[in-house]
Amino acid sequence: MQYNLLNKNQLNDLISFLAREQKVVAPVAQGLNNYAFTEIKNGIQATLNYIPTTLPPKKYFMPQRETLATYDTTQGQNMDPVVEHEKVALFGVHTCDLAGIQCLNMVFSEKPKDQNYLARKNAITIIGYECNAYCDRFASCRLVHNHTPNGGYDLFMTNLGDKFILHVNTPAGEKIIERSHLFSLAAKADLAALERLRQKKREIFEKNEIPIEHEKIPELFDKSYQSKVWADLDKRCVACGNCTNVCPSCYCFDVIDEPNLDLTTGRRYRQWDSCQNETFAKVAGGENFRKERGARQRHRYYRKFRFPIEKFSRFFCTGCGRCSRACMAKIDLKETLVSLIKEQGMENPNAGRQSTIAEKPATF
Amino acid sequence: MNTKSPYQIKIGKILSVKQMTSMEKMFEIALPGEDLSHAPGQFVEVSLLGIGEAPLSVSSSPTKQGSFELVVRKVGKLTGALHKLKAGDEVGIRGPFGQGFPVRILEGNDLLFVAGGLGIVPLRSLINFVIGNRKNFGKVDILLGCRNPKEMLFHEELAGWKERLDVNFNCTVDKADPDWKGNVGLITSLIPGVTLDSERTFAVVVGPPIMYKFVIMKLLDKNIPERQILISLERHMKCGLGKCGHCQIGNTYCCQDGPVFTYEKVKAIGGAI
Ligand SMILES: Cc1cc2nc3c(=O)[nH]c(=O)nc-3n(C[C@H](O)[C@H](O)[C@H](O)COP(=O)(O)OP(=O)(O)OC[C@H]3O[C@@H](n4cnc5c(N)ncnc54)[C@H](O)[C@@H]3O)c2cc1C
Ligand code: SF4
Ligand code: FES
Repeated sequence: MQYNLLNKNQLNDLISFLAREQKVVAPVAQGLNNYAFTEIKNGIQATLNYIPTTLPPKKYFMPQRETLATYDTTQGQNMDPVVEHEKVALFGVHTCDLAGIQCLNMVFSEKPKDQNYLARKNAITIIGYECNAYCDRFASCRLVHNHTPNGGYDLFMTNLGDKFILHVNTPAGEKIIERSHLFSLAAKADLAALERLRQKKREIFEKNEIPIEHEKIPELFDKSYQSKVWADLDKRCVACGNCTNVCPSCYCFDVIDEPNLDLTTGRRYRQWDSCQNETFAKVAGGENFRKERGARQRHRYYRKFRFPIEKFSRFFCTGCGRCSRACMAKIDLKETLVSLIKEQGMENPNAGRQSTIAEKPATF
Repeated sequence: MNTKSPYQIKIGKILSVKQMTSMEKMFEIALPGEDLSHAPGQFVEVSLLGIGEAPLSVSSSPTKQGSFELVVRKVGKLTGALHKLKAGDEVGIRGPFGQGFPVRILEGNDLLFVAGGLGIVPLRSLINFVIGNRKNFGKVDILLGCRNPKEMLFHEELAGWKERLDVNFNCTVDKADPDWKGNVGLITSLIPGVTLDSERTFAVVVGPPIMYKFVIMKLLDKNIPERQILISLERHMKCGLGKCGHCQIGNTYCCQDGPVFTYEKVKAIGGAI
């Protein structure tokens, strides 16, 4: 394990160094309380003090629209498969979003492997950035153990006040340290400062955001399939699909053909789809396997908290809070979970906070 | 492009097209230089550029070499466009995909086939495989049901199955027409009349979603164990690769883990039928 230091005033130099070799994207402020991963040319444009961006970094791994094949009707039915990628450095990724990328990596590395995804992934360098406190009241990263780094990055930065300390996790990360000549090795005192910061974080993130143990969540969902909570969501959800679009671990897609204006050539592309759309599971016989919005909402929650446990041994909810921020109907993930917990009598005040509202806002 | 895309199609050449009913056509398709090498119960994604792809069951038995057959009901964009094609035209093929019927496990046992409506299309692949390897299987019963005689598929083949001494074949229609001389009633009405040894019988059921519940009830009445009841589930499918999410039931991806499941498994998934 190697730790390096970067002076605060050299952040700009680091971005410039990275930008020489690839596209650099970082959170950029887009008006009040809105941030987006956007291409930057220098460090001033980036905002490190941000609440989760509107769209998660998944858009670089799996763009909203991605060409899978192109065709030319003069060549008969033949199609040329397309695997696109571009060298990108993702700068300033929070631990919840690192977890989201880890989820996607698992899904698309599973056989049959998704070459389109993997080609992009292999061209992306990730520089994580630690949250020293809660971003806002929607986050539930403690609940899913994503408030501290669990890998999934090349370099990981922590703000120590007067400087950044960086953990080097991969050979790609090491190369940046070596070739940029901007870093110095961390001293004992710096590691002690990092440990103090983490200790303070343990106090801030002492309890889960809701009153249940991390380990009890699968059991909660085992009991909640027939819950009344889904009937409540059925009445409120407007099936807009915002929640799945902004989710860092939602990856469902549709495959669509599109002729070009010449009507001779065209492409087959995939596009983000949402299990919240009414026709998502409809088949030709007219049957719709998740006809009610409540059933579709339940499916979304189970895909985050129950189904992935067996397949991938982890939750697919990253705790980022985006679905709650973006919901047209103010359906709040923490509130939904609390309703389920209360219904099952599984409340444990020692495990987590009672109220879903009061979180200390971030101080950086 | 050096990486192999799972979306790469193969070119299939249509050898013949046969109108089967007013709604269905059968397409015989060859992949130049190779066999599809499918297992009974698997499906392919059929592609027409500019239109898209659709999952379609392979209806022919793997024992048929050099080409395979699809039976397509015209319901929308892709299936409509397919219906306009003729012998000599090309289509794109991906697959075969999914877990078909567990032929190895079925060997040595008695088989009860129950097909409703279009369900005969994938089931025919297994039935013809069994008939082609008849000595490897025990007693064979085939029950077939459809809404009316006009919807009945594979007339000549059905007549052939009926004539065989080593196959018991019976069929019924929900609603007869003046020319119909056979049974009238739901497919469930045929099950009590079958004599079977429940220990060594595997029931293989394919049909519309509504049919499963009622047929399975009758099969359980006959004491056929849950793990010896096999069904094939239809779901909306896009990628066939266990990724796009459309076909998901509970924790199961129908395109990769299915479409063939035991009733025991389906019951455990919950919400599948
Ligand atoms: C494993 C499997 C095997 C099948 N085997 C056969 C077969 O052997 N013969 C046959 O005629 N049909 C079969 N089907 C159904 C066939 O896939 C659909 O009829 C076809 O996808 C409709 O495409 P379309 O473009 O013509 O319809 P569209 O114009 O796209 O839509 C018409 C209707 O079909 C539904 N639909 C659209 N796309 C799909 C899809 N990808 N999967 C399922 N439903 C869809 C829509 O919800 C809509 O209700 C099978 C389906 C599955 C899942
Ligand atoms: S964002 Fe809210 S309203 Fe929209 S589909 Fe999701 S839960 Fe329903
Ligand atoms: S068809 Fe895409 S996951 Fe099954």
